[in-house]
Amino acid sequence: MPATPLLPDAEGLCVALAAAMRGQVDPAITALVGIHTGGVWVAERLHAALGLRIPPGAIDVSFYRDDYHQRGLHANARASQLPFDVEGAHIVIVDDVLYTGRTIRAAMNELFDYGRPARIDLAVLSDRGGRELPIAPTWCTHTLGLPAAQMLALERAPDGGLSFRLMEK
Amino acid sequence: MGGNPQLNRHGELNHLLTIEGLPREVLVRILDTAAPFTEVAEREVKKLPLLRGKSVFNLFFENSTRTRTTFEIAAKRLSADVINLNISTSSANKGETLLDTVDNLAAMQADMFVVRHASSGAPYLIAQHLAATGRDHIHVVNAGDGRHAHPTQGLLDMYTIRHYKKDFSQLTVAVVGDVLHSRVARSQIHALTTLGVPEVRVIAPKTLLPTAVERLGVRVFHDMREGLRGVDVVMMLRLQNERMQGALLPSTQEYFKSYGLTPEKLALAKPDAIVMHPGPMNRGVEIDSAVADGGQAVILPQVTFGIAVRMAVMAMLAGN
Repeated sequence: MPATPLLPDAEGLCVALAAAMRGQVDPAITALVGIHTGGVWVAERLHAALGLRIPPGAIDVSFYRDDYHQRGLHANARASQLPFDVEGAHIVIVDDVLYTGRTIRAAMNELFDYGRPARIDLAVLSDRGGRELPIAPTWCTHTLGLPAAQMLALERAPDGGLSFRLMEK
Repeated sequence: MGGNPQLNRHGELNHLLTIEGLPREVLVRILDTAAPFTEVAEREVKKLPLLRGKSVFNLFFENSTRTRTTFEIAAKRLSADVINLNISTSSANKGETLLDTVDNLAAMQADMFVVRHASSGAPYLIAQHLAATGRDHIHVVNAGDGRHAHPTQGLLDMYTIRHYKKDFSQLTVAVVGDVLHSRVARSQIHALTTLGVPEVRVIAPKTLLPTAVERLGVRVFHDMREGLRGVDVVMMLRLQNERMQGALLPSTQEYFKSYGLTPEKLALAKPDAIVMHPGPMNRGVEIDSAVADGGQAVILPQVTFGIAVRMAVMAMLAGN
């Protein structure tokens, strides 16, 4: 039986991620876009910690997934909410865990259907390895080598506390 | 194919032929899936990549500019290539059979057929033929067959009701008019009862009701005033002049007097009742202009929601 790696403290990583971004993002013009669902929670934390003016957006990539033809339409697709003009925006895509990079590609494809951003960065709590596309985070506070059979997921407790959970696929 | 010819062996929707017999979960899933598609129309680029590289054939053996257009817009917003065939003016007139037409288009690598036909059951025949010849990866959507079914209209009506009324479980809904000739009415009634509407009424003269309509689970009213009392939703039907055979009605003026929706009759429904119509409307026949253009009418939102619902159906089918 493989040893269970020690899971990182999600709350601590949120604080560390905000610290890494502070001074590098302009609070007046930076717009966060969280990827459903974990990324939205992290984006809310970063938005408050960094004192950003533009309200955070949320993106659901169900309509842009590149595995639609193998797996069909995701059952719980939601509308994306982008409460700012994407044209010319400085956007930071926020996600909990970076894996293959396909979700980030789908998110960028969707953003370009709203307009042409001036810049897109990527902020993630944890990079678990296994990239299948040439995508790298701008800010990442934790790395972990996980086998393909395992999945790292962010969860939110009823009191709002964030924590990581390791699941077998 | 087993039980329901619309579902694949995993119980997922493979064709949309009729609402009758579809499980409630499937209907709810379609309505839930349609919701995020409504937002696409607000975007700079009104397109999603889901059906990119897919060919959707609109096979209209019976004319319908509006329905064909909404299917065309839905497919194009999903990035499909759309080919419109008005077969009433094409090969069928040269004697080609329905299934020969289908075989030819399948040989052109069709991925989906949207079928409108004057004969009830034509879309079933196509779906069965595709399955029997090992081509059930081609999906069929019924865009109205004879007097039988018009499932996407029924679904967009349910989406509209849910949008305004939130919940089906407390509603009284009246379907008014030419039920006899209406595939829309059948799809609406099956959808309403499947989704748990406790009271579905039909209001029509005896000559415009199918025999044993009560077996569909509806209460029948011949007096419109009585039938409209206390309803939450009024679903008007178009008087289908082109389908009338013989003297079912004395005159359209007489019909308007008894079964036309006027402000005075609408006042008998609940104050917050909504008025729906599948279009095209015959003003002054089944509906008064003051109602059609009034504050309780949701007829134009129905058209907008119809595109999102058709996008959801096509995206679900093509992904299964």
